[in-house]
Amino acid sequence: MIRFILRRLLLSIPVLAGVIVIVFVLARVIPSDPCRAALGERATAQACDAFAERFGLNEPLHEQFLIYIGALSRGDFGESIRTGQPVTEILLQRLPTTVELTLLALVFAIVVGMTLGIISAYRRNSVADVGTMIIANVGVSIPVFVLGLLLAFIFAILLRDTAFVLPPSGRTSPGLAFQSIPEAWNLDDLGGIPRTVLDFFSNMYLLNGLVTLQFDLFVDALRHLILPAIALGTIPMAIIARMTRSSLLDVLGQDYIRTARAKGLHNRLVVFRHGLKNAMLPVVTVIGLSVGALLSGAVLTETIFGLTGVGRTVFESITARDYIVIQGFTLIIAMIYVMVNLVVDISYGFLDPRIRVT
Amino acid sequence: MTASQAARASEPAPLPVGAREESRGTSRWRETLSNILRQRSAVVGLLILALLAAAAIFAGFIAPYAPDDVLIPEGARPRMPPCIHLLGCPDSQLQVLFGTDGNVRDVFSRALYGGQISLTVGLVTVVFAIIVGSLIGAISGYAGGWLDNLLMRLMDFLIAFPALLLAIVIVTVLGRSLTNAMLAVGIVAIPIYARVMRSSVLSVREQDYVAAARALGDSGAGILFRRIVPNSMTPMVVQGTLGVATAILEVAALSFLGLGAAPNIPEWGNMIGLERNQLFSAPHLILVPGMLLTLTVLAFNLLGDGLRDALDPRLNR
Repeated sequence: MIRFILRRLLLSIPVLAGVIVIVFVLARVIPSDPCRAALGERATAQACDAFAERFGLNEPLHEQFLIYIGALSRGDFGESIRTGQPVTEILLQRLPTTVELTLLALVFAIVVGMTLGIISAYRRNSVADVGTMIIANVGVSIPVFVLGLLLAFIFAILLRDTAFVLPPSGRTSPGLAFQSIPEAWNLDDLGGIPRTVLDFFSNMYLLNGLVTLQFDLFVDALRHLILPAIALGTIPMAIIARMTRSSLLDVLGQDYIRTARAKGLHNRLVVFRHGLKNAMLPVVTVIGLSVGALLSGAVLTETIFGLTGVGRTVFESITARDYIVIQGFTLIIAMIYVMVNLVVDISYGFLDPRIRVT
Repeated sequence: MTASQAARASEPAPLPVGAREESRGTSRWRETLSNILRQRSAVVGLLILALLAAAAIFAGFIAPYAPDDVLIPEGARPRMPPCIHLLGCPDSQLQVLFGTDGNVRDVFSRALYGGQISLTVGLVTVVFAIIVGSLIGAISGYAGGWLDNLLMRLMDFLIAFPALLLAIVIVTVLGRSLTNAMLAVGIVAIPIYARVMRSSVLSVREQDYVAAARALGDSGAGILFRRIVPNSMTPMVVQGTLGVATAILEVAALSFLGLGAAPNIPEWGNMIGLERNQLFSAPHLILVPGMLLTLTVLAFNLLGDGLRDALDPRLNR
């Protein structure tokens, strides 16, 4: 097993290297005048020369690349051309939002999707089955931005006078006061990496609210994330539901299931103990694949629901031609994506011992 | 199950011997077609698509106005809610089935013309991705060795980015326009088709009839394009139909973000993006194109699923 994991790890290195090169090249072929984007349309030629000098834009491309790699290896992603803020700092502020959003969407997708899929397979050709598959088919077809706006319309406007009203935008209610984790734990004089890590977790408001017992923060942040998470998670939910159903039906038709039934095992036990475990492999695959869809959809969801996360930052930095930020954020997203695929690959090994050998 | 049994029971009686002889050439196609028509989801998808395609093709006849007609002379106001005379809207008001948008244009007419754009966008994008993807996949699978490795690693890199994000970057590089949005979405889709083609080439390559063609002295390219590629088309058709749905979604998403069609073009994603802040005051401006977009994507998804069930021999026999 360890050899299997190691080999997969090694295999992902060339992909990551390729990703770094592609991100570097893409960020540089975006037609733009970084100087005028940063200093304004009327920047003088001298100012632009100094600017190019400062950011190393006069060096030949391969030297810029070497400098970039050197900085990367020290964990330095550079500074935003527009604001001068280090990219790592922006990342620490904005990644937590996206992490919470995608995780919540993923939980929604897995829990609802698998439940629907199991019900559907368990009661094949029943009304519940047909209804579930209609939900799944529409769910996979509705664009994220349409669903997001639709949900906002229903929960923020149509239901505004009921108990089901949910906020259509923002991360927390305006004016909500809360403490970060270091503040709540009286660790204010903590510094260095532990402090950075705690600050990062503090920006995950759900987690922060839970571990520091600020339940009003937790509830408020959760209410703000429900609609975006459903909008983002619906397509993966539908895919997971369909895959669970077809995979489970496939497994339930096999001989060993008949044997289990013939032994007189209870139907529920057959489906859940014998069927489900072996039906999981394709489901895990689509769960892994859907992380890409989630990261894509995050751009749209964050734009619609006014969340300042990674997706929206990439989009804004592209429009503003802030290529250092584009470079850093795209790289992080691609790395997360590659890592998730790695985890999916490795979980195959756990679920299906035959794969470890090949 | 019962539906397909019923369909089988209602099949016409066998044709007279002479007629059977004549139709032998087409019988394989006929069998495939009847397989497809036996799939409920394929039929539903085809019906929705026929309706949408008819609406798009005859948009010029159905639409009461041109997509960029400003209806101020007709007495319309910006963002009027739908007004249908049959449903009790007063005759004194101008009839606009789906209301008007912020520039006082008829949403119904724009939605119809939007159908032309979305359907064309989906088909053209996928055809492009299929051609390039199959070529890469076919060469990769047939040549093997270092070329295969190189091409497939290239595809890995493309897949290492979330699709929409990569498309956004490509559009930014190429500049904003509908064509560039289509190109970006097409490029992002290439790896899927390359992989599908490569794996079918790998399995077809070892078949006896390919060995026979080689023994007869057929050239490499001849074998590839006359023997292998036609036999790899089935998974491609299924993947392509589902791909049209994805392509329509992604181009619409780019337009929604302001990276696709120019603002005056009645593309559905565009229409939603332009009016998204009017959700509270004029929800019909978002609901109409949103529903149409969903319906179109749904139709292609249903058709693709149905085709897969009909064409996959493992599921059929």
